[in-house]
Amino acid sequence: MSNTQATAGIRETTEGPVYDVTGGDWDRIAEEIAKNDDERIIVNMGPQHPSTHGVLRLILEIDGETVTEARCGIGYLHTGIEKNLEYRTWTQGTTFVTRMDYLTPFFNEAAYCLAVERLLGIEDDVPDRANVIRVLMMELNRLSSHLVAIATGGMELGATTVMIFGFRDRELCLDLYELITGLRMNSAYIRPGGLSQDLPAGSVDAIREFVKKMRKNLVEYDKLCSGNPVFKARLKDIGHLDLSGCMALGITGPVLRSAGLPHDLRKAQPYCGYENYDFEVPTTDTADSYGRFLLRLEEMRESLRIIEQCVDRLEPGPVMVGDKKIAWPAQLALGPDGLGNSLDHIKNIMGTSMEALIHHFKLVTEGFRVPPGQAYAAVESPKGELGAHVVSDGGTRPYRVHFRDPSFTNLEAVAAMCEGGMVADVIVAVASIDPVMGGVDR
Amino acid sequence: MGLEEKLPSGFLLGTVEQLAGWARKSSMFPATFGLACCAIEMMTTGAGRYDLARFGMEVFRGSPRQADLMIVAGRVSQKMAPVLRQVYDQMPNPKWVISMGVCASSGGMFNNYAIVQGVDHVVPVDIYLPGCPPRPEMLMDAILKLHQKIQGGKLGVNQQEAAREAEEAARNALPTIEMKGLLR
Amino acid sequence: MSAASGEPREDAPAEEPARRDEAGEAIAVRRGMFGANNGGDTTGYGGLVRTVRLPGPSERPYGGPRGRSGHGEFDEVADELEGALEEQGLAPAEVIEKTVVDRGEVTFHIARAHLPAVARTLRDDPALRFELCTGVSGVHFPGDAGRELHAVYHMRSLTHNRLIRLEVSAPDADPHVPSIVDVYPTNDWHEREVYDFFGLLFDGHPALTRIMMPDDWQGFPQRKDYPLGGIPVEYKGAQIPAPDQRRSYS
Repeated sequence: MSNTQATAGIRETTEGPVYDVTGGDWDRIAEEIAKNDDERIIVNMGPQHPSTHGVLRLILEIDGETVTEARCGIGYLHTGIEKNLEYRTWTQGTTFVTRMDYLTPFFNEAAYCLAVERLLGIEDDVPDRANVIRVLMMELNRLSSHLVAIATGGMELGATTVMIFGFRDRELCLDLYELITGLRMNSAYIRPGGLSQDLPAGSVDAIREFVKKMRKNLVEYDKLCSGNPVFKARLKDIGHLDLSGCMALGITGPVLRSAGLPHDLRKAQPYCGYENYDFEVPTTDTADSYGRFLLRLEEMRESLRIIEQCVDRLEPGPVMVGDKKIAWPAQLALGPDGLGNSLDHIKNIMGTSMEALIHHFKLVTEGFRVPPGQAYAAVESPKGELGAHVVSDGGTRPYRVHFRDPSFTNLEAVAAMCEGGMVADVIVAVASIDPVMGGVDR
Repeated sequence: MGLEEKLPSGFLLGTVEQLAGWARKSSMFPATFGLACCAIEMMTTGAGRYDLARFGMEVFRGSPRQADLMIVAGRVSQKMAPVLRQVYDQMPNPKWVISMGVCASSGGMFNNYAIVQGVDHVVPVDIYLPGCPPRPEMLMDAILKLHQKIQGGKLGVNQQEAAREAEEAARNALPTIEMKGLLR
Repeated sequence: MSAASGEPREDAPAEEPARRDEAGEAIAVRRGMFGANNGGDTTGYGGLVRTVRLPGPSERPYGGPRGRSGHGEFDEVADELEGALEEQGLAPAEVIEKTVVDRGEVTFHIARAHLPAVARTLRDDPALRFELCTGVSGVHFPGDAGRELHAVYHMRSLTHNRLIRLEVSAPDADPHVPSIVDVYPTNDWHEREVYDFFGLLFDGHPALTRIMMPDDWQGFPQRKDYPLGGIPVEYKGAQIPAPDQRRSYS
């Protein structure tokens, strides 16, 4: 990437001739290279490449077809979300964090809100119904995230059918998000203290219908991929990373579980009441891409089980903490303008109580204050341990929020997984990590 | 005119511009320029339910050299901007740009050090598509609007004249801050 | 306004809040009532001065996670760590500057020179076994004179299912912290990120270069003295300043 113009050039350096190929006259390059029998080529894959899973830049040193060195270039989607958060109130923060890893919005929100709730000391005050719905949304999100992982992974292999299947089923999840939160993506639904609103009428039936449908659809991935000889040949023994490698590199999530360790924060350090649900943590011991694919399928089945249990456990009740100093109105109804509004609340603050109006105004414009200190809350996102380190200085806005994104850490394993393998296998290995660049770069 | 009546059946008359516009709009090849959240919605648009194939556009080209439409889907960071420009430069003429989502259009909610405040700082944009992220239906609407624009496109001297007029109009346009009235 | 001032519930375990008096670390001084820092103060409370303090050091027993009191997990970790440090000939009082237990989480403030030794002990001691480092997070406290830059590490033990926090600080004038990449290779990118955003130099890191920002970027964007960098937004007949330039509560 030394020159920005679309040309091909040859430079003499201390390490021998360097051929820059960014376009232009390829014949000249081929001629020059034919003179040397040096097969060592450095290929710059990305940051804009259809198979790199987002704006990931891979710098590969290849000898023939073999990758001798693989390095990642990241930061092409750095958004400065962590800094932006410092200029918004605590509640507005969820709007930002939901856009970090855009395939797992509910996990980002949950990690952030759990940390804020710990800072506020209201962890145990969050109503049961809010916790059940949080778990429900997170597990739905696990499904949609794994579906995209499988879909884009398939597309990068050239298996377009897998992609069509994955997005077909993801649409079913998105329909539910839209029904429940009003938005297909980036919903900012989980708020410090609870949820932005309750489940709308008819959602329980829709969820039950969805679970039934997904049970049937998940079998199709098995039929299409799991036994497919081409698919297996591409994935088996590719992107191998054993347990000690995982531990050294801090890898979590399906990659770690594919190495045989059943580490899952939902079991190890339960949050949002995960200890009350009956589910398994699937593992394999193959430590390869195929194992990770099977794991994702298995985790989706477990998620469906949890979703069913959530629906059974739903009891009527509030979805926001009782403390009026923190709670935004959460009993919203569809107003004539189409936006979520709480008509009762408006009646109260506009018609009967001046104090309530003042309080509402203060809460929404100024926000609540969080006592000084720091907290770290971690959730098991579909990619691994998603942690939020939140620091408060006692103000109405976060002092510092840092996200420990699993994609960021897991991407460090690219060198370990890819070096010594073939170029085409790099794609498979990266897809099996399932990094989402929005989460990596934030 | 009267010419049509004298023609044998099976003939249609049109200008070269109309014909070229029709050919261009009917086979567009978008380049994959997915950046963030919008990229997922862009992929959804190409997948089963929304099926961009209905408009002959389901084949997203990996190489910019085979593409004539760049859908900038997502926030453009300062680090990505030169890459974006290079990809745009590699696309052959004629080429069009859809700025998908509010981040690509204006920086959106990320008004900070890291994000380019509108991709029109880097490449010329034909369609601005708001939304965070826009629904697939909105993307299709933007694409259809772009098709209309391409259908009415000019060629040769007319094109140069149209470009000059557009530039003149832009230069004489009132800055946003001096505009009056409601936001529309 | 403190939201935590709810009534203590009967069933909840007795929380041991860290002391928030003079012992805490002063990080800022607030003036006025509503924290408006640009524009005139019309409240009449402009003379109000309040020092913001982070939770101060805790006394033994430290208790355990989620507010468990008495001799708990945190004490076990502290005992083991102190014992292991003594075995290596290090005085625990010198290594561990202070221990803060707050909101059910424990933070060991480590003298920066001893960080690699502590990290190695935490990872290798069979009674500690913090195998997983979840990376490092930088925090910039411009008001904390002499300790402006903080590096915060979260360590997770899968064997014992524990989570602790280490905090190391460095002054702005000498922003150096030893790298622990050779103990936890996962910290490679995390340390580069903190360097990129805060300018904290990790001595001994194999290749401390920028990771998120372009290589030729000037300054360290997530420090408090670095502006947000937004531009004013124009509307019809109005202009809204960038978020960091607006009148706001703090």
